[in-house]
Amino acid sequence: MKRLPGLAFVAVVLAVVLPSGNGVVVAQNRATATNVPVIPHEAVPNFFKNPPGVYTGENMGIATNSKGNIYIYHRAFETRLFEYSPQGVFIREIGRNNYGFAFAHSVRVDAQDNIWAVDEGTDMLVKFAPDGRVLMTIGRREDPVRMLSNMPGAGVYHGRNEKYRFGRQTDVAFDQQGNVFVSDGYFDARVVKYDKNGRFVKAVGTRGNGNNQFNTPHSIATDFQGNVYVGDRGNQRVVVLDNDLNWKTAYPGIGNPWSVCVSGGPGPKNPGKQYLYVSNSWPDGGPAAAAEFTGEIYKMELDGKIVGKFGRAGKAPGEFGTTHQIDCRDPNVLYTAEINAWRSQKILLKPQTTSTN
Amino acid sequence: MNRLHGTLLAILTAVAFASSGSAQGQVAELAFDSNADFLRTPANIYVGEVGGVGRNSKGRIFVYTRTGHPYATLGDNRTFYRGGSRLFEFDASGKFVGELGQDVYGFNTAFGLKIDADDNIWVVDTSANVVIKFDPQGRIQLVLGRKPEVMAVRPAAPAPPAAAPAAAPGAPAGPPGAGIPGATFNQPTDVTFDKAGNVYVADGVANVNRIAKFAKDGRFIKQWGSTGNAPGQFNGVKALAIDAQGNVYAADLGNKRIQIFDAEGTFKSEFGNVGMPTALCVTSGATQYLYVSHVGDQSGMDDATIYKVGLDGKVVGRFGSAGKLPKEFGVANSIDCRNENELLVGEMSNWRVQKVTFKR
Repeated sequence: MKRLPGLAFVAVVLAVVLPSGNGVVVAQNRATATNVPVIPHEAVPNFFKNPPGVYTGENMGIATNSKGNIYIYHRAFETRLFEYSPQGVFIREIGRNNYGFAFAHSVRVDAQDNIWAVDEGTDMLVKFAPDGRVLMTIGRREDPVRMLSNMPGAGVYHGRNEKYRFGRQTDVAFDQQGNVFVSDGYFDARVVKYDKNGRFVKAVGTRGNGNNQFNTPHSIATDFQGNVYVGDRGNQRVVVLDNDLNWKTAYPGIGNPWSVCVSGGPGPKNPGKQYLYVSNSWPDGGPAAAAEFTGEIYKMELDGKIVGKFGRAGKAPGEFGTTHQIDCRDPNVLYTAEINAWRSQKILLKPQTTSTN
Repeated sequence: MNRLHGTLLAILTAVAFASSGSAQGQVAELAFDSNADFLRTPANIYVGEVGGVGRNSKGRIFVYTRTGHPYATLGDNRTFYRGGSRLFEFDASGKFVGELGQDVYGFNTAFGLKIDADDNIWVVDTSANVVIKFDPQGRIQLVLGRKPEVMAVRPAAPAPPAAAPAAAPGAPAGPPGAGIPGATFNQPTDVTFDKAGNVYVADGVANVNRIAKFAKDGRFIKQWGSTGNAPGQFNGVKALAIDAQGNVYAADLGNKRIQIFDAEGTFKSEFGNVGMPTALCVTSGATQYLYVSHVGDQSGMDDATIYKVGLDGKVVGRFGSAGKLPKEFGVANSIDCRNENELLVGEMSNWRVQKVTFKR
């Protein structure tokens, strides 16, 4: 990881500072990894097909179930959760007008094909059965009477670290035992573990850039061994924790990870080799300067070795208009949810010869 | 952190962690079963936080629930709010039948529901500050209180304001704890009725702490109570029930006690050992009992149970604990005990109604 001081300096100069929601300033950085092979990729054109009069807005979350159906959690007139067939045809909507939807952030499917919506507007996780019934919630929406005191937009980082309340949590992941891991978030800076019944187990993290610290943990994934990968976006690293949330290591050099995904999941465990995908996303304001050095997605070994990268910032097919979530159940068939382009894409990666020689 | 809900928040903060929640001594565990997947709704109709659940004389079930979205509408100079709660009807088996009060003005933050002797449905909305009476056909027959005209949106503050008592948005100012004369509520929580049809409103968990009594036609009769911990004072009036003799039982949340008054508001007695009483229901049999839900934490995960208590305050037993599984209760805000061996328990944090049956 040795680098010329000059390169680091350039990276700092090229960092783009832009305002984000609630006055949070996000600096997006050029990745420092060099000599990364480019993986050929292509997008399936116009893959997702909505009926007339049905639109998706900012596509925040995307996930597949074991049958290949695809869920997109997006911000339209209201925040909504749509289900598509494996061919990309709109099937139905789940969760319309439920109490946990206000501002989509991510969606994941667990090993039983339950659908988990992560909403940063209500600070809630809502677990839906495949038929759309609510099975469980974690977190509690602020009492509407109290909500008023936070308006307009008066929410701030608080780090209050409560067992059953989040602070604009960002993402959810599951291990093979059904434990639930939450990256939380904008107003907290921690990772929280619950058991399969929604009972609090442990929380780790304070705000900062040291070990066991986070600066907007923005995305989370697990591997079959139960290790936890956290996109520590503000700190330009992917943090690796063990199943008990003990610090293992961190992978720097791949820009600001907006989204992380481990292939093969969510289970049950299978013999396929797992890869880690990480997106150095084009910031959500779509700044022209940052488009020159962001937008690419990295494919990595679980130990942090970079296999290759693909894509760049942009709105043409195969470019990425602010990738906010990646589904990588099949490591060569990815789905990307994109904020700025109001779309999701199906991305085909050309099969790779293994690069470990 | 906030001023609107200051009193309730202060109560919870001050008491929750000091409270073990359990009654003194050994309390018998009542054996029970539960159907936690009882209510069935069509696709894209969702029961959210259950403010209130009740059964009418025919077994129909009504649920006033926080679901959908609380919206702000931007007016010229003011911001208005709407939405956030709905009133659903189910048959006795839990099958969805329909909805009442679609898009009415005062459905914002569900907090209570009661069915009276004539099967009218009364809902209590704690941010619209109204109590609404529907007849069995769903027509509005009476509205008590008035919804504040505007939403009091504050400018973004650099730091959370110090906890200070303040009126609810748009509520008329009144001396703290003195109650607001007449019919204007400040975060009301519950409603109940005596044999003559008089209406009693618990008002509530903001800074008023009173019980207001109205005639059947809605005319204000009297009120009693103020903020404090002396007899006749309250620290959050959370729930009401009336027994066959017309005694009024008031859940005094922050003071962790039930107070008993006569119909004119004269203090008679009080008892504790029921944790933080959050929902009340009095049974209708020859020997009446009170069911009292204890909610020790607002996540519904750490400290909860439901007590069965004699009208003299003697705890008969308890059942359930905090959590998300069946037979666990996540902020039981409402109990229906029309059938005393088959309760309906409405939960806030678990978005459900459990049908509880006792083992004989």
